[in-house]
Amino acid sequence: MCLAIPGKILDLEQKEHSRLARVQFGGITRTVSLDFVPEAVVGDYVMVHVGFAISRVDAAEAERTYKVLAEMGALLEEFPELEVPSSNS
Amino acid sequence: MEICGGQTHTIMRYGLDELLPKGLVLVHGPGCPVCVTPLETIDAAIDIASRPGTILVSYGDMLRVPGSRSDLLRAKAQGADVRVVYSPMESVKIAQENPSRKVVFLAIGFETTAPANAMTAWHARKNGLKNFALLVSHVLVPPAIRGLLTSPANRVQAFIAPGHVCTIMGCGEYKQLVDDFKVPIVVGGFEPVDILQSTLMLVKQLEAGEARLENQYVRSVGFHGNLQAQRIMAEVFEVADQKWRGIGAIPQSGLRLRAEFADFDAWNVFDLKSLCVEEPAECLSAQVLQGLKKPTDCPAFGMRCTPENPLGAPMVSSEGACAAYYRYRRHAAAS
Repeated sequence: MCLAIPGKILDLEQKEHSRLARVQFGGITRTVSLDFVPEAVVGDYVMVHVGFAISRVDAAEAERTYKVLAEMGALLEEFPELEVPSSNS
Repeated sequence: MEICGGQTHTIMRYGLDELLPKGLVLVHGPGCPVCVTPLETIDAAIDIASRPGTILVSYGDMLRVPGSRSDLLRAKAQGADVRVVYSPMESVKIAQENPSRKVVFLAIGFETTAPANAMTAWHARKNGLKNFALLVSHVLVPPAIRGLLTSPANRVQAFIAPGHVCTIMGCGEYKQLVDDFKVPIVVGGFEPVDILQSTLMLVKQLEAGEARLENQYVRSVGFHGNLQAQRIMAEVFEVADQKWRGIGAIPQSGLRLRAEFADFDAWNVFDLKSLCVEEPAECLSAQVLQGLKKPTDCPAFGMRCTPENPLGAPMVSSEGACAAYYRYRRHAAAS
């Protein structure tokens, strides 16, 4: 529940009382509120929790997170019964 | 101790505790908002959902948390209109689209989620909604840590503070805990490397006899936190005493809607009978949430208590310690 994931801002939209953005997370795109990160601009990475950006993230850090997530997926596909990770991962 | 359930899951998933040397024990804290939502709140949500003409809207992981007799998913199966949303703002849309129904959003969470829930209440009032309310049950982390540290049973020597709570609130309250209790605290992230780096920073402090606040999660956390988020929280909520499921009442550890939002406060709008019910005697969730016992110490673990048939909340929630152990480690962990 307290998990937030990094996403990249594709474009912005001012709607009534909210500043919204279309944010891309790996494969999916979602509309996110930028009410808490008003300084964010297109191209920035933001941490998103329940549809709200809560902080801006360094792009290199965000890419590193995606890489780890992708590796995680690959590892699980290869060893579905894996309960304890191998020590060199 | 790591506070956040999301951090617990990372530790369990990657077996980080098994990679650490013997003599270094990670215990899991009460940072699972779903797990600590009081039984009475679950029962109130089921009560509201079961009334004709209501729509109960909730985050997904609340649906299977056991109440005293039922859970929201079962209520839904019996005909209650219970809807799952990703963002609390969707509940405002549901209210706008269903003007003849009373829409209630189950607003739970720690400080990470409070700003989003606050914004939802703010928008509801701005839009002049007449058929919308929030059933609020918010918990705050620093009073819980304070409660743990003042307990005579406590053996925790250092804490990994929750990175996303601190993204919102900043680090000041944790600095206060360091000063008051002389215990090292590192604000940590959620990736395996974040947990390991935070643990290393704490071990270095402990070995040097130091007690300082450090920030490992610098890519998201600043000392002052997110001021816009804090502002909306202060506008909508005020601090209140709060009951934590399994642990009991911790003073000034929760949030409630301010008086200006009384029309949107489900506790105010609905006549909710308060039941005082005990948890099943077998459920050790109180001790698990305080790091006094591991899920595998529980005689019911994996047998009478499973994710399909949970005795308590930590086995259901995606951030619960029991669910993490069940998912990644079914046998008793070597300690």
